[in-house]
Amino acid sequence: MNQLSHLDELEAEAIYIMREVVAECEKPVMLYSIGKDSSVMLHIALKAFYPEKPPFPFLHVDTTWKFKEMIQFRDHMAAKYGLEMLVYTNEEGRSQGINPFDHGSAYTDIMKTQALKQALDKYQFTAAFGGGRRDEEKSRAKERIFSFRNSAHAWDPKNQRPEMWKLFNTKIFKGEETRVFPLSNWTEKDIWQYIRRENIEIPSLYFAKERPVVYRDGNIIMVDDDRMRLMPGEKPVMKKVRFRTLGCYPLTGGIESDADTLDAIIEETLSAVSSERTSRVIDNEAAGSMERRKREGYF
Amino acid sequence: MQGLLKFITCGSVDDGKSTLIGHMLYDAKLLFADQERALELDSKVGSTGGAVDYSLLLDGLMAEREQGITIDVAYRYFTTDNRSFIVADTPGHEEYTRNMAVGASFADLAVILVDASKGVLVQTKRHTRICSLMGIKHIVYAVNKMDLIDYDQNTFKDISRNIKKMTAEYEFDSMFIIPVSATEGDNITNVSPKMPWFKKGTLLNYLENIDVSTEAEDTGFVMPVQRVCRPDRTFRGFQGQVESGSISEGDEIVSLPSGETAKVKAIYNQNAFMTGKSSPFAFKGQAVTIQLDREVDVSRGCMLCKDAGLVVGKMFTAKLLWMDDTKLVAGKNYFLKIGTKMVPAVVMNIKYKIDVNEGNHVQTDKLYKNEIAVCDISCSDKIVFDEFKNHKELGGFILIDRITNMTSACGVVEHSLRRDDNLTWHNMDVTRELRAEQKAQKPVTIWLTGLSGAGKSTIVNELEKKLFASGKHTMVLDGDNIRMGLNKNLGFKEQDRIENIRRIAEVSKLMNDAGIIVLTSFISPFRLDRRNAKDIIGADSFIEVYISTPLEECEKRDVKGLYKKARKGDIPNFSGISSPYEAPENPQIEIDTTGKSLDDTVNYIMGQLEQYM
Repeated sequence: MNQLSHLDELEAEAIYIMREVVAECEKPVMLYSIGKDSSVMLHIALKAFYPEKPPFPFLHVDTTWKFKEMIQFRDHMAAKYGLEMLVYTNEEGRSQGINPFDHGSAYTDIMKTQALKQALDKYQFTAAFGGGRRDEEKSRAKERIFSFRNSAHAWDPKNQRPEMWKLFNTKIFKGEETRVFPLSNWTEKDIWQYIRRENIEIPSLYFAKERPVVYRDGNIIMVDDDRMRLMPGEKPVMKKVRFRTLGCYPLTGGIESDADTLDAIIEETLSAVSSERTSRVIDNEAAGSMERRKREGYF
Repeated sequence: MQGLLKFITCGSVDDGKSTLIGHMLYDAKLLFADQERALELDSKVGSTGGAVDYSLLLDGLMAEREQGITIDVAYRYFTTDNRSFIVADTPGHEEYTRNMAVGASFADLAVILVDASKGVLVQTKRHTRICSLMGIKHIVYAVNKMDLIDYDQNTFKDISRNIKKMTAEYEFDSMFIIPVSATEGDNITNVSPKMPWFKKGTLLNYLENIDVSTEAEDTGFVMPVQRVCRPDRTFRGFQGQVESGSISEGDEIVSLPSGETAKVKAIYNQNAFMTGKSSPFAFKGQAVTIQLDREVDVSRGCMLCKDAGLVVGKMFTAKLLWMDDTKLVAGKNYFLKIGTKMVPAVVMNIKYKIDVNEGNHVQTDKLYKNEIAVCDISCSDKIVFDEFKNHKELGGFILIDRITNMTSACGVVEHSLRRDDNLTWHNMDVTRELRAEQKAQKPVTIWLTGLSGAGKSTIVNELEKKLFASGKHTMVLDGDNIRMGLNKNLGFKEQDRIENIRRIAEVSKLMNDAGIIVLTSFISPFRLDRRNAKDIIGADSFIEVYISTPLEECEKRDVKGLYKKARKGDIPNFSGISSPYEAPENPQIEIDTTGKSLDDTVNYIMGQLEQYM
């Protein structure tokens, strides 16, 4: 008898979700953050609608502090598959010089959360795909696949719509939106095994390489350009590091590693002693910080 | 090695669901060090004072931590040497039953916790019933907190007996009862030395080995169409997931509900993007794109089938779990989503509700949150379905409230109903309220009064467009459709004038009773006439809108040249000139259109109307 593998099942589920959104939602968009989860989501979108191209645009919220390589990678992928790639930056924040060094969590709010809200308002999207997975963090573990947001883009975790079987309720009022997570049931391990199986292109930042870094508060931060502010006594050193998640370079901790192939990465992930979100500096600020940001409209 | 197991934990509040899962993850070394560290840190400040509180691993929402309870389902992913698991930890409070049902709809197996010191509770029965309703076939009862009853075998035996009595009415494929202590870890991942009398192993061991795969019956091929893929003129494919059976190139399929047939020309499966090629066949679970050899009328919501024996019909009997704060009243209209099809549908009749405790059938005409009932449902259009017990995906549905967009209920089809089946509506009269509810609006009469040329007709037309655009069912009564028809035998004498308004008011009332919003546009210059109209229509439904544009302005506009004629004496009894216009004393809305744009005027009235509709 024919049987789908675990990865095939996860892929089929994600395809089903994407097709439901395109069939029922007025104006969908796929959030593209350039990381491995986005890469997987894009790959599945290409499969889901084949031989048609994904019938929606992609949106990248650029904080202006992403790794240089991420931006190159984004433009490369958009060109390779002929995607409509919208790039949005909170220009008010940029002109005020909001940066991760001086503004801490306000930076994340202004350049990521507010920027995303502005972009969704600007284009009037009614549904936005995100690459979030339930195994990432505790408040994500509680979120529905179709996560309803009110007209202020806020999540109300105490009052989520029931989601039965795979009968998704996509009905919304004007001004409201749905965030949709096709990879909800994937684990970090599934993501890596899928990338290997499907031979999915990902930024080389995921692979170990000699990179200029500083050690700060238990994190390894890469000096990606000369905007990086060094503390007194700090001096960049070359270390073989890689990144488990990608974001704004001053806020993304790397790990020392020799894993420079997919197999090595997978092996390292399986035997890892800490979860991937520890390398996101902002997540560690306060318990419940992720939920708080999601209530405010963060993805 | 068994395939992925999706299971839920449920049971009453404080039965220790989150603790059980937390302990399982902890023991099986399935936590990352940072999560373990966070757990120990959290526990220090938590209420249990130092001991590791395993539930903190799962209760992820701030409100949950504050209140120390589980509000919504948490999904956890873990893999042991023998199996991969997804576990949904569901809330125990009755208040959050619908979130428990969300978890149950996704699972193949349920672990229902029973507090050994309390035995079988109402919530244990409720959760068992919901698990059965949602189609779960494998149940484990974990009799927890055995440490609190000194690991007493007799108490466990008593509880087991009660469980077996409770489950006698259900048809589960497997059932397992195990004594555990989630806080102490007995029989979770390690065999408890304190209960040597229990010789059936540990909970984890059981979960690792249970076979939940359903027998592959030959159910035929079914694929609900999600969307039509048309990248260019040459390609037309139907996209969806194969819900049962398999299909090969060249097979003849039938499209339901139309019944048209065609042959499969090509099948593109999940790998088509990589290979660029079609595949000779597709099977259950795969996401595919199917091309047919000829043009058939297929769109989203249709079903492509082969030898599937599905039902095409509009009516069926179903079991419902009500999940909305607003109660269900028979006769109300909802959106029903089944498979990929969404149609308006009415719950015609609540046959009975099922008492969660004993399973008794109780007569009722209303259904409140968390209650289960058997109902007859009628769809506005033909749908394709099967009984839930044959096909989870083709017999499960949700009801969506058409006003709030809330998912109000989930249900499972028990059997179809044919038109000639002796169908009865619930013993209710179709009332004004029900008709209004069906239209999702408050039927009122918006009565415009004002001088000729004040702008009434123009305003009424714009108002109607706005109301119509927002989904309201409206009707305008004006000189054109009343004077020319119903009232064409009336002249302009006083008696006729009174009769004219009386008839307009009676028609308005009938239309309001039918659920329709009426807009009238008549000068209606006399207070007495308008008061009569209000009495007929009913004060609650009568909204008097005074277009108070002054005479000078109306005369200046004189669109139809009527004022000129009236001044010359050509028109007798012309309101404002040769006959008085009695302005309303307390109109609900008043506006002078002088110097105002039509948009501003209409927006103002729309804004004011909100409080009355």
